[in-house]
Amino acid sequence: MNIKILGPGCANCVNLEKAAKQAASELGIAATFEKVTDYADIYSYGIMSTPGLVVDEQVVLSGRVPTARQVKELLAPLVG
Amino acid sequence: MTTATRPDSRRRLIQRWAALALAAVAWWVLYAVNQPFWDWLIGGVFGLDLASRLGSGVHFFFYDTVKIILLLAGIIFLVTVARSFMSVERTRALLGGKREGIGNVLAAGLGVVTPFCSCSAVPAFIGFVASGIPLGVTMSFLIASPLINEVAIALLLGLFGLGPTLMYVGAGLVIAILAGYTIGRLKLERWVEPFVFETKLRGQVIESTAGLSWDDRIQMGVEEVGSILRKIWPYLLVGIGLGAAIHGWAPEDFFAAYAGADNPFAVLIAVVIGVPLYSNAAGILPLIDALYAKGLPMGTLLAFMMATVALSLPEMILLRRVLKPKLIAVFVSVTAVGIIAVGYLFNAIL
Repeated sequence: MNIKILGPGCANCVNLEKAAKQAASELGIAATFEKVTDYADIYSYGIMSTPGLVVDEQVVLSGRVPTARQVKELLAPLVG
Repeated sequence: MTTATRPDSRRRLIQRWAALALAAVAWWVLYAVNQPFWDWLIGGVFGLDLASRLGSGVHFFFYDTVKIILLLAGIIFLVTVARSFMSVERTRALLGGKREGIGNVLAAGLGVVTPFCSCSAVPAFIGFVASGIPLGVTMSFLIASPLINEVAIALLLGLFGLGPTLMYVGAGLVIAILAGYTIGRLKLERWVEPFVFETKLRGQVIESTAGLSWDDRIQMGVEEVGSILRKIWPYLLVGIGLGAAIHGWAPEDFFAAYAGADNPFAVLIAVVIGVPLYSNAAGILPLIDALYAKGLPMGTLLAFMMATVALSLPEMILLRRVLKPKLIAVFVSVTAVGIIAVGYLFNAIL
């Protein structure tokens, strides 16, 4: 699973990455994490409010920092 | 977020609204006992004369701190929950295909109600402009959003009451509409970084606040109160501290002599000082409250506050990624001129 954190590197992005990493490890998913900080790239996913969470090229969340539990709920159905 | 109907969902529902009602009552009680409590503690227990400089300064500091924090918590919570029904994505959809003029009016209004963090200014700018929303309409949104924010409204309401708050909101809307409209008329698209127009959308736009349950919205409200208070408390303490010092110690006519109603340059100077100054409404308003009590006119003070919150160096640096320096200069000048005009207008009519 490929997980991208979209955002210019503000506190929200860091918190989102933390939540996503925790969620992935609790679910036992082998995920690769990537940061997307370039604004044109961020917008190319249709995201206008950062941070954004992209899983296997699908935007699953934007504009807020979820808890690890909420990320788990988002990731669980995406595990093959 | 799936809202599954579990057997305990009714009890969960009752728990949630009961907790909210309890929080509302607790808030009201704290707000009501704030003044009597400090009167009693500072005047009674510590025996300070509340009419003396020290006594009134100390009382002002504690009373104002508690009052402001209560107002902030209450209004940030309500605004965040209300705004969770809007999103930048929906705002863009509403603005799509609107002509300039009506588009500027709509954009300024939506700037007030859309949940928006200045850290998203750049992706939102790209999203608006790349989807064909005129530059001037986009700027109306970007000016209104920080200018008319929930922190400013909470504090104005608490410190000055409904009249000045409505004046501030009305003036902010007019400035955002006219400044955006002017930028649109000037046809400055060539001063936007070209990559903005070339950006292509690959994926599907998802609405950032879609599908939230009431529990999610309430939780967002609580988290927002915490995160804003954590972010602004140093500004708030410095602002209230300075306010308390002015309140207790500054000579009665010191400020009025230099920046009073009879100084024709007062508004101009206030805005020139306010533009580069980086603070937020939380740091500025306690200061403005104290200066108002010392006889400074409301127009000058509101202009100072608007210049500080609407235009700041960090935001300019952020916008530099998408705007060329010339356009940033036009944006700052047009907005500053609007703020100055509003300041003089308020001083003249009040």
